Amino acid sequence: MSRENALVDADWVEAHLDDPKVVLVEVDEDVSAYDTGHISGAVRLDWKTELQAPVGRDFVNKQQFEELLSQKGISNDDTVVLYGGNNNWFAAYAYWYFKLYGHGDVKLLDGGRKKWELDGRALTTDETSREKTSYTAQGQDTSIRAFRDETIAAIGSKNLVDVRSPDEFSGKISAPAHLPQEQAQVNGHIPTAINVPWSKAANDDGTFRSDEELRELYKGLDTSKDTIAYCRIGERSSHTWFALHELLGEKNVKNYDGSWTEYGSLVGVPVEKDV
Amino acid sequence: MCGAPAQELSLEGIDVGKESVVQGTVTKGGSPLPGAYVRLLDATGEFTAEVVTSATGNFRFFAAPGEWTLRTLAPGASVDTSVTAVQGEAVNATVEVPS
Repeated sequence: MSRENALVDADWVEAHLDDPKVVLVEVDEDVSAYDTGHISGAVRLDWKTELQAPVGRDFVNKQQFEELLSQKGISNDDTVVLYGGNNNWFAAYAYWYFKLYGHGDVKLLDGGRKKWELDGRALTTDETSREKTSYTAQGQDTSIRAFRDETIAAIGSKNLVDVRSPDEFSGKISAPAHLPQEQAQVNGHIPTAINVPWSKAANDDGTFRSDEELRELYKGLDTSKDTIAYCRIGERSSHTWFALHELLGEKNVKNYDGSWTEYGSLVGVPVEKDV
Repeated sequence: MCGAPAQELSLEGIDVGKESVVQGTVTKGGSPLPGAYVRLLDATGEFTAEVVTSATGNFRFFAAPGEWTLRTLAPGASVDTSVTAVQGEAVNATVEVPS
């Protein structure tokens, strides 16, 4: 993977608005954002109701993902361009998710919704309709998904990157500062994890920093070892996974989607707290 | 889970005693500005959170006690505002974006 394959800019998107093989997909943390205006022709994906299993904490299964994409009118050979709010947090999460189920050509709009809006580019409230397709997914590619036990085993042996804010990492707060702080899990981080906040990989306007800046940012990682990125629920770490795996082309980088809401609730695992 | 809170400034249902709330309104030419991006930076300038202002120009953060900077982005403008958060209180800020 490389920047040229994984990332497109707003001009590229504007030039491909009428391309029938390019499907724009908006994924927001605030799922109502789409209704207030979206890029022309974009379909909406709801990360909470459509990507999570209806019961229990896991993703929708292969068959449910196939039904979802078929219903959205996405074909296996379509170029899927994801974008969203919050500096593409959930769009990056969806990107990782599309990769998990083996979609061929998927890209992220650099800067997402924010850059698009700050540029003053057009949004529409027109409804998007796409004909239903018959989508076929691959089995989950677990080479990019880390689970609990693997993460515990990685302590002291693999790179663990905690991409939350410094205050979440130190244990001062338990959730991003735009959310209420009451949570079931304990505060802190996984021992031996280094803290590289996801936000350092992005400019103020939400675009990714250059490859040179990203390499400098992640120089604390031992590239001879595998890497597991985590955050609170796995969406910010998708952003970092994207920077490491898709932009810099690092091999063996996994996203631990259980992240702190799982790890911080486990009984008997080591936790470090700095405050 | 991670859903952004409704950006109206009611604190109903939130135990304010535990929170250090930083909230306010972004205006342009004195009128509320919806759709502006407000970034919360900690005392070292480190990014902590970001929200989009509501239809009435409002924003809110659940911070920690201490010094913070609000960086407000709108097309063609970036404005920094210093605020001090206090536990158990909701600190209000008004940010005027240049026209």
